[in-house]
Amino acid sequence: MTLTAGSNLEKILKSGQKAVTCECGPPRGADAEHFRHKAAFLKDCADAVNVTDNQTAVVRFCSLAACTILMDMGIEPLMQMVTRDMNRIALQSNVLGAAAVGIKNLLCLTGDHNSFGDHPQSKNVHDLDSVQLLDCVRRMRDEGKMISGTEVDGRPAMFIGAAANPFADPFEFRVVRMAKKIQAGAQFIQTQCIYDMDRFSKFMEMANDMGLTEKCFIMAGITPFKSVGMANYMKKFVPGIIVPDEYITRLKGVPKDKVAEEGIKIAVEQIQQCLEMKGVAGIHLMAIEWEERAPEILKAAGLLPRPKV
Amino acid sequence: MVVAESKPVAEILEMVKDCKKVVVAGCKGCVTVCNSGGEKEVGILASELRIARKAAGNDLEVMEYTCERQCDPEYIEPLDDLAKDADAIVSIACSVGPQYVAARYPYLQVYPGLNTTFIGGSAEHGVFKEYCQACGSCIIGDFGGLCPVARCAKQLMNGPCGGSSGGKCEVGKGQIDCIWHLIYERLKNLGQLHKLEQPWGYKNWSTSREAGPRTMIREELRK
Repeated sequence: MTLTAGSNLEKILKSGQKAVTCECGPPRGADAEHFRHKAAFLKDCADAVNVTDNQTAVVRFCSLAACTILMDMGIEPLMQMVTRDMNRIALQSNVLGAAAVGIKNLLCLTGDHNSFGDHPQSKNVHDLDSVQLLDCVRRMRDEGKMISGTEVDGRPAMFIGAAANPFADPFEFRVVRMAKKIQAGAQFIQTQCIYDMDRFSKFMEMANDMGLTEKCFIMAGITPFKSVGMANYMKKFVPGIIVPDEYITRLKGVPKDKVAEEGIKIAVEQIQQCLEMKGVAGIHLMAIEWEERAPEILKAAGLLPRPKV
Repeated sequence: MVVAESKPVAEILEMVKDCKKVVVAGCKGCVTVCNSGGEKEVGILASELRIARKAAGNDLEVMEYTCERQCDPEYIEPLDDLAKDADAIVSIACSVGPQYVAARYPYLQVYPGLNTTFIGGSAEHGVFKEYCQACGSCIIGDFGGLCPVARCAKQLMNGPCGGSSGGKCEVGKGQIDCIWHLIYERLKNLGQLHKLEQPWGYKNWSTSREAGPRTMIREELRK
């Protein structure tokens, strides 16, 4: 097994076992205890825990600091980094710093637009986009060079990932764009929340046909519904997410105090359906502000205990 | 053209509140084309200022003049006669205008009457859209002649992002076309989709504002 970073996540994926990542967002303040409390639920559930980088363009404590807290807790972090807020100087600096403190997994994103966040009057950066950031990190790691051509003094050993959204348009280009990310440097992909199974299945078929699942590990993104309101909100207001009506009907069809259980049941079914698809290498569970329910979802889906590699 | 829109009259009234006599100076260039700073708009703004101040019992004398252009020093010169008696000049050119006016009259207050919005064109009568950010090294040849720098909310060189839905951008509540969707459709029509299969490299922003205010020198014209 040739490893580029030697992270737990990389080892599990390369061993051919289905991997699990979970997401944990830092709080909107300096309350590290709250973050530790949420992360503790994920400790033995995930092969690595994604730490978001000011997700939805809302200010939170920074990903790099949150990753070091996870490491202190014995949890492997997967640092997310968006190009919205930093130019190539700051991005490269953070990649090097992250590697220096021992972070081994990095997810390169462009990030949600700042007009949706809590500081819509801010200036955005977008010096690079996600594809360029992937290329930049791969180049620093494999060629030992910064974008400028300057030699790095110590290469950042990162297992590099990217996001893909099979539910945005134009559909036929989504897999081509994913191929571009893989070419730029992505070794694994975490998808946007999947609800439309037919479309995701078609996307995976295209990825298989293009040989992408041979080059890259595709992890299916799952977000459980906590309520009917959340399902409706995602259907109507979150761009690039498709929520079929059947799920909303199912959630509405159970007594109010059973909606959360039904949401979890749906998530477990979705995980199982995704894992049956050819080329799906793992699950990325984004239980948003519902970290405490992640263990039971993963257990019901047959993904616990996690393998040791 | 440079597109600009009028500032609210209340904001302009606040700027000139201590003045007794002002010049409203228009421009026959871009702002005439986008109906915000030409001769007609000079007349309208001058009347609005006079009426508002009269109603407030504090008359304001407003002189009107529309320059051939305000982005050439020689076309500012005709303002000299009006400027010598005025307390302030309100320029309703793009923001280049008031700066040229200020440079010519070091001891006179100069106020902008417009907000300069973007480099663009008209989409239909009364609707203007942004097309260029003057990045200084045009790359639209790689993208079917369409500009992702000015027209993609995230300035992606490798779009479209996950927020592209039904040909629209997630930013702007469905009012903005996803330029990457248009680039994709156009290159498909041209049989050039292969152009989108390779990662597009790093944009050189040093020709843009990022390297500081820019000067262009045409030596052959200076001789």
